[in-house]
Amino acid sequence: MIDVEGVTRRFGAVTAVDDVSLTVERGTIAVLVGTSGSGKSTLLRMINRLIEPSTGTIRVDGRDTATLPGEALRRGIGYAIQGHGLFPHWTVARNIATVPMLQGWDKPRIDRRVEDLLVLFDLDPAIFAAKFPHQLSGGQQQRVGVARALAAEPAVLLMDEPFGALDPIIRAKAQEDLIAIQRRLGITIVLVTHDMEEAIQLGDRIAVMDGGRLQQYATPAEILAHPAPGFVERLVGGSDRPFRLLSLARVEDAAETGTAQGDAIAPTASLRDALAALLWRGTDSLPVAGTAPRHITLKAILGQAGRR
Amino acid sequence: MTERAGAARGLAALPAARRLDKLGIAIAGLIAVTLWLLPFATFKANRIVSGKGLGLAQALEPAAAAAGLAVFTGIALLAVLRTAPAWRLAAAAIGLAVLCFLVGLVPAHVVPAGNTLARIAPAAGFWTLFFAFAILMADSIARLALGPVARVAILGLGAAAALALLASGAWGGLSIMREFANNADGFWREAGRHVALALGSLAGAVAVGLPLGILCHRSAALRQITLPVLNIVQTIPSIAMYGLMMVPLGLLAAKVPLAASLGIRGIGAAPALIALFLYSLLPVVANVVVGLAQVPATVIEAARGMGMTARQRLFLAELPLALPLILTGIRIVLVQNMGLVTIAALIGGGGFGTFVFQGLGQSATDLVLLGAVPTIALAFAAAILLDAAIDLTRGCPA
Repeated sequence: MIDVEGVTRRFGAVTAVDDVSLTVERGTIAVLVGTSGSGKSTLLRMINRLIEPSTGTIRVDGRDTATLPGEALRRGIGYAIQGHGLFPHWTVARNIATVPMLQGWDKPRIDRRVEDLLVLFDLDPAIFAAKFPHQLSGGQQQRVGVARALAAEPAVLLMDEPFGALDPIIRAKAQEDLIAIQRRLGITIVLVTHDMEEAIQLGDRIAVMDGGRLQQYATPAEILAHPAPGFVERLVGGSDRPFRLLSLARVEDAAETGTAQGDAIAPTASLRDALAALLWRGTDSLPVAGTAPRHITLKAILGQAGRR
Repeated sequence: MTERAGAARGLAALPAARRLDKLGIAIAGLIAVTLWLLPFATFKANRIVSGKGLGLAQALEPAAAAAGLAVFTGIALLAVLRTAPAWRLAAAAIGLAVLCFLVGLVPAHVVPAGNTLARIAPAAGFWTLFFAFAILMADSIARLALGPVARVAILGLGAAAALALLASGAWGGLSIMREFANNADGFWREAGRHVALALGSLAGAVAVGLPLGILCHRSAALRQITLPVLNIVQTIPSIAMYGLMMVPLGLLAAKVPLAASLGIRGIGAAPALIALFLYSLLPVVANVVVGLAQVPATVIEAARGMGMTARQRLFLAELPLALPLILTGIRIVLVQNMGLVTIAALIGGGGFGTFVFQGLGQSATDLVLLGAVPTIALAFAAAILLDAAIDLTRGCPA
């Protein structure tokens, strides 16, 4: 759990982060979203004290971060950045082993951990362990960067635009993988992005920052349905807001008993996908896969898409 | 399909001019002009009079001269045509070997038995042919794109061949070897002194320049003072530098007995070492600064974020990533110093410059060469060794 309490950071006359308080529950993903200069990266970097707060307190699992030496604090918190920051002169295995090495793990334990992480991230150790970063694709480099951040089994992972350098298809896969790994390991993640779509996709809660101030901190559905007046409203109030809302709900939430013609859609698919399928086939209902005879109708989707 | 195979297949269709190698034409032209116009060796009645040029036919027995002419012409033809680099390399090596062997035959053919005063020296023709074959060799090595280990191996072979030639006595009759025989003790003493001055000043420059470069990287204020000052030092002519140091070092020796007993005086090795050290600082410091500056910012950010201390960042990330550029600075210094040490002889610093300046004083060209040729060879070898080291640090990051 991360507790940010009344944190302010000033650079000279500029207040980059202005009196921000928020709590990230253990085992959830919080996404800091905002334009550049909104203070989101500064806030993230204050959590592992790459930047010291001017005033305020940050507690990780109840412990005030100011009571630890900065280096020791950072070794206990995972950190992944845009453009991965892998050491170009070290192999993939040695890159992943960085923090365990700094913490003085013995070699067999480090080797075992590196192998486990490579497998977890779908990178065959026999092929990838001895490669250098420049021999990997962008998506592979990014996965190694996250694996490295997780190497010393941190309870908290900080990510600064981790998928910013990836092309859209690889990015979507990386986002799915991140959610799967987060659920599996039960870690707490704070992630910075400027992409609202990514925030909705990944966040259990979204913190919208603007001008150094926290504008709204709520679940994605809450932010889309009831945005705070002003900046947040402008940010999410675009024409694709109904689609974003639909992407948060699943077919099984709106399915009704009934039958329909055509190929069935999975109950776990999003309502956005269901709407797209309806529009594409030019019909107003689709069968839902499963044993019970259920269908999803345009009317039911309409009931989920708008302001309630 | 390789480019070469494609070129070979299309060869028949190409007009004649396209089948020729441009650099090869220049080399062949040089060889032709040399064989036609320039003297191969010089005959001098004694050590200091100016000599008489001898063409290949006059300098050698007819059979040897004809063989030489045939070999050199063959190499010129091979250079002009587009031949495989490995063949060109072999031809250049054979050319150099034949050239060096033939010039060793000249004294026995030209100098009457019993005449100990007459001197035979390689003349412009020899040096030009040597240059032409060396260019052909360097070009074919570059085209072969050999790895660092192979290049060092070729350097080793070349050095071994040169030493074998000198040890065999085949050149015993040549004037430069006569000068060597006259100065045998001094030669090795000055050689040791030469290398010691060059390496000693380099070691000092690295010991001071590496930390100074790291500090300059971290502090813009220090950088803005240090680099211009070192730039100015670099522009002081070496003679003037020695002159400037003579007075303070002389005073130091006079006032501080310890300094004098350490050999520090206004002239000699101490000012030479200090001057070379000062000249070496700029390349070392500048390359350390540039090397550290080009370390990617994301690498530094990630290193900090993972909890590396400043010292760990420096030794685990920044210095290893800056190493190729730092070595480039050291290469510049070493090659530059090998040459600059020559001037140290002017103030009694020793080194191969001793022979150069003695030779100039006596107008004995052969003695000048005894100092100059080893100096060039040392600088050349230093450049090849450090280039190989740079390639190794770039090629297999470890």
